[in-house]
Amino acid sequence: MIVSAIAFYVFSAIAVAAGFMVIASRNPVHSVLFLILTFFNAAALFVLMGAEFIALILVIVYVGAVAVLFLFVVMMLDIDFVELRQGFLQYLPIGGLVGIILLIELFLVGAAWVISPEAAHVVAAPVPAFIDHVTNTRALGRVLYTQYMYLFQSAGLILLVAMVGAIVLTLRHRPDIKRQVIWKQVGRSRSEGVEYKDVKPGQGL
Amino acid sequence: MAEFLTTYGIPFAIIVGQGLALLVGLLVFTAYVLLADRKIWAAVQLRRGPNVVGAFGLLQSFADLLKFVFKELVIPAGANKGVFMLAPLVTVTLALSAWAVVPLADGLVISNLNVGILYILAFSSLGVYGVIMAGWASNSKYPFLSALRSAAQMVSYEVSIGFVLITVLMTAGSLNLSDIVRAQDGHYGFLNWYWLIHFPMFIIFFISALAETNRPPFDLVEAESELVAGFMVEYSSTPYMMFMLGEYVSIILMCAMTTILFLGGWLPPVNVAPFTWVPGLVWFVLKLSFVFFMFAMVKAFVPRYRYDQLMRLGWKVFLPFSLFWVVLTAGVLVGFGLVPHH
Repeated sequence: MIVSAIAFYVFSAIAVAAGFMVIASRNPVHSVLFLILTFFNAAALFVLMGAEFIALILVIVYVGAVAVLFLFVVMMLDIDFVELRQGFLQYLPIGGLVGIILLIELFLVGAAWVISPEAAHVVAAPVPAFIDHVTNTRALGRVLYTQYMYLFQSAGLILLVAMVGAIVLTLRHRPDIKRQVIWKQVGRSRSEGVEYKDVKPGQGL
Repeated sequence: MAEFLTTYGIPFAIIVGQGLALLVGLLVFTAYVLLADRKIWAAVQLRRGPNVVGAFGLLQSFADLLKFVFKELVIPAGANKGVFMLAPLVTVTLALSAWAVVPLADGLVISNLNVGILYILAFSSLGVYGVIMAGWASNSKYPFLSALRSAAQMVSYEVSIGFVLITVLMTAGSLNLSDIVRAQDGHYGFLNWYWLIHFPMFIIFFISALAETNRPPFDLVEAESELVAGFMVEYSSTPYMMFMLGEYVSIILMCAMTTILFLGGWLPPVNVAPFTWVPGLVWFVLKLSFVFFMFAMVKAFVPRYRYDQLMRLGWKVFLPFSLFWVVLTAGVLVGFGLVPHH
């Protein structure tokens, strides 16, 4: 038990420290790299809780895809570090306020569970009993595709709309450029692609 | 204290021992895979390949290792030192740690993870970080262009690899790699393996694996005719060797994944006496070597893809087709009542 406690404190300490470094480091690329470290430690915390499916999905989706695109964009931007630092004090009050509100809300949620444990039983959709004795991939699949089917589908639809929106915003139809028509390229036969010419010496075509 | 030692100390020592054994075996195997790659390439071009160090050049890889270690390490003046040195470490660590869940034979696996297939997918998708970090930290044009290419390429092909994995795990009914191999066991030997029923996915996985590991014909990341050597331009000595090592270890990992997912892992090809006597590890290594031979042959005789062709193949051919195959597999499994139950 003590080993898992030590592991928990190590992972959470690194996660908090790396999270702080995300906003504290001078170089934006370093910030993203620290963000990745934070994700990793969050995934490790999920593993400690026995939620290995969520941990690995976190790594695959956030670290493997989202953070790559972050890094991609940040690397391409030519950021002036001095200018970036200037507004820091100006935005500090608003940032601090948002942070404090989030902290209070987190405490409220946590305190509600500690003060009245029966609150867990009055939630709208209680956790089904079979959760305890199947692997968490199977458990997640069973509730996601039965009880939360419509919510799951609407989440998918929202993502689809977001994707369509992004494409519509950036798509430009340019009539004046040459396009490749793959089936035309592939479908060319030897008879129309190659032409024999008898070139006389010293004349050229 | 004694109790602490028996609960944690001894299991920990066992895991470390197993890890070391796997690591040493894997590194020696990598050395010979590297040599085999060069030998096969040479044979296709009617050359002899490395043949000076040791009999038939068998010690060539070790000579290369010594050479790299004793060379001078050059760090470019404009480079971001920390990230520059971190990049090869990230590459090699990620490539090696993915092997923790690979079952070499029945029960011969360091961590029999329930979500092994996701673990592999996670670590192979992280491989892109080594390339991006190296490309950015080198502070030079060619590495940077190469990093941009690699990010796009590896993210693109991961999508179709993901769908291939989904079909296989739907058919096997498990995310555990050992269970996936066991699900391919049957009366018809090698005809029971998934390469037959999922033949198009087998092909897609093979090609995507080439793209994912930046092997030719998809080696646009390195493309020595355009980008010199891509993200590795500024690297020398041991860090360069670590990139090469990480690259080959992840290539072998992809061969191992092809073996496990489609070629029945440690299972013998025919379930009759002389074949079942051979230990599972031997079958696994033989199949893995066969897949690597295919990788090496592709490198030897397929010309490099153009960048737009690469993107088109990934997004417009593989993605729709593998999506269709996922739906088809799910439909057949449910429609004929073949959904596996554990």
